[in-house]
Amino acid sequence: MELTIALSIGVLFGSGIWLILRPRSFQVITGLLLLSYAVNLFIFITGRLSVNKPPLIIQGEVVDPALYADPLPQALVLTAIVIGFATTALYLVVLLGSRGLTGTDHVDGKERDSEE
Amino acid sequence: MMYLNPHLMMLPILLPLLAGATMVFINERHHRLKFLINLSSTAVMLLTAIQLLMQAQSGLWPADMAVYLAANWSAPFGIALVADRLAAVMLILTATLGAATLVFSYSRWSKTGVHFHTLFQLLLMGINGAILTADLFNLFVFFEVMLAASYGLLLHGYNISRIRAGMQYIVVNLVASLFFLIGIALIYAATGTLNFADLALKIATLDSTDRFILQTGAAILAVAFLTKSAMWPLGFWLPVTYSAACAPVGAMLVLLTKIGVYVILRLWWLLFSEYGGASAGFGGSVLLCGGLLTLAFGAIGLLASQEPRRIASFSAVISSGTLLALIGYGDASLLSSALFYLISSTLAVAAFIMLTELTDRIYTPAASVLALSMEAFAVEEDTQESAGVVIPAAMAFLGLAFAACALIMAGLPPLSGFVAKFSILHSLLDSSAAHAPLWARWLILTLLLVAGLSAIIALMRFGVRTFWTLYNSVPLRLHPTEALPILAILLLGVCMVFTASPLFNLLDRVSADLQQTPAYIERVLQQPIIGAEEVL
Repeated sequence: MELTIALSIGVLFGSGIWLILRPRSFQVITGLLLLSYAVNLFIFITGRLSVNKPPLIIQGEVVDPALYADPLPQALVLTAIVIGFATTALYLVVLLGSRGLTGTDHVDGKERDSEE
Repeated sequence: MMYLNPHLMMLPILLPLLAGATMVFINERHHRLKFLINLSSTAVMLLTAIQLLMQAQSGLWPADMAVYLAANWSAPFGIALVADRLAAVMLILTATLGAATLVFSYSRWSKTGVHFHTLFQLLLMGINGAILTADLFNLFVFFEVMLAASYGLLLHGYNISRIRAGMQYIVVNLVASLFFLIGIALIYAATGTLNFADLALKIATLDSTDRFILQTGAAILAVAFLTKSAMWPLGFWLPVTYSAACAPVGAMLVLLTKIGVYVILRLWWLLFSEYGGASAGFGGSVLLCGGLLTLAFGAIGLLASQEPRRIASFSAVISSGTLLALIGYGDASLLSSALFYLISSTLAVAAFIMLTELTDRIYTPAASVLALSMEAFAVEEDTQESAGVVIPAAMAFLGLAFAACALIMAGLPPLSGFVAKFSILHSLLDSSAAHAPLWARWLILTLLLVAGLSAIIALMRFGVRTFWTLYNSVPLRLHPTEALPILAILLLGVCMVFTASPLFNLLDRVSADLQQTPAYIERVLQQPIIGAEEVL
């Protein structure tokens, strides 16, 4: 399981980095999305991977913490997802505005001189 | 007032949130009402910040710090907010600059688009939260609030150049935020905590594997803050962004770079001080070298700048570089001078950005066409005009304000820039050589003086071209609300000279606070929850 998760985070990061270096703003936003998925998974695994372990401990019981999942990374991921979603949506608005005003989807707001 | 005391430090966060949220529902036609809400909220913030500073100075708080446990969870588990002298000073700076830029925006920018006032209050909320928080993830959230508001404000007065700059600014900051998250995740994986005080406590006792993960995390985290504070080579977004933003927003953006510096100052001195165990001093040389490179880059960029906004941008880069180099130098005796320089340079560059909006009006389109054709065809000057011109009051004000800004930015006597630079040089020469190599000291000295020289050259060139030219025939229109904030900021620069001694006393105590890592840890972690007595 560790290997699968590690590989998928790696693939997501790789594709994301390649995409944000591309000249079209749509590719950039896709890259940002992939990167944020990768980062969210990355935060998630800092709580160590576990299967079928509850994150909540009932008050008053003395328990072995090793039997429980770490709830904090899960809470962090939720917050990070919401914030990432909102800021990416904001970027999407700017992207559309740029497309409308400049007539091109190049990140510089103008096409490269293609005659060369 | 006494009743409010424990909750007073939440006011700088809650008040702008409420004010901003309220103004969403008020129609843009009532822009005077919105302006009044905005201004009164900022004024209350300023009063709160001053009150917090007075309380920190009064000795009523244990260890001169107030700790607020949000949702009443004790420190490493819940979210803690900490107000100490440094936080109070930064809050005062934020509110002062906020009020000045707000008044400046009254006559033009706050009317041109929608939701200016709401975004402005949310920006202040993000900044205040980032200053007060004592938790890494909470810091991320407040940074995002601040950045999201700054995206909106940067696009305020929607045109092509702002959209182009905005696209780059947003992408750079989104990627920096991802670095921020990766850094947080690594630090959590290594230590199992995100509370500043708890981190500082655990950092000394980590084994070598965890220490490696923590240092990797801290380095990745630093990328996010250094991008914000525009360290070379992470600061290429800054001149483009500052040139495109409208003047009041540009002035607030100057403050945002200083928030990046503030976070580095706070976290680095807390985590990697002498109490950091094997991690002590980690990354100091990177900060030092990065700061020096930024300083050199800023000085060269300043020489190459013709437009006033680019001059302002590179001045901001220079001041970030100076501060980073001084932090990375690792000598606590430099901190009070560095903080004095931070306040003085932030105010001066912000005032200069507001001023550029007014000087742009000197060049009316007709005048610049005339100037061009006069140069091209070598038309003789109209001698009747040039003999004994009456200087209009607006022009005189602009000229004097520009001269004052230039004096502070270049660090020439008699204004606050000189005091700041002089005290930095003085404490550099005084500092014991044990902390950093000798070459670093002389390199900072040289680069600071060279940067000052290039500031003089660039600003003088701009001043001569703007104020000593004879092409402006159009009378300059100046609204009092535009002149007033610039005047107020520059008067503050004058005041800082006269009150330099008490101000330095305060800043010495701020830097003494920063070195009290064990006291900070104890104070935050021992803060009792409300109602703890009844439970026991």
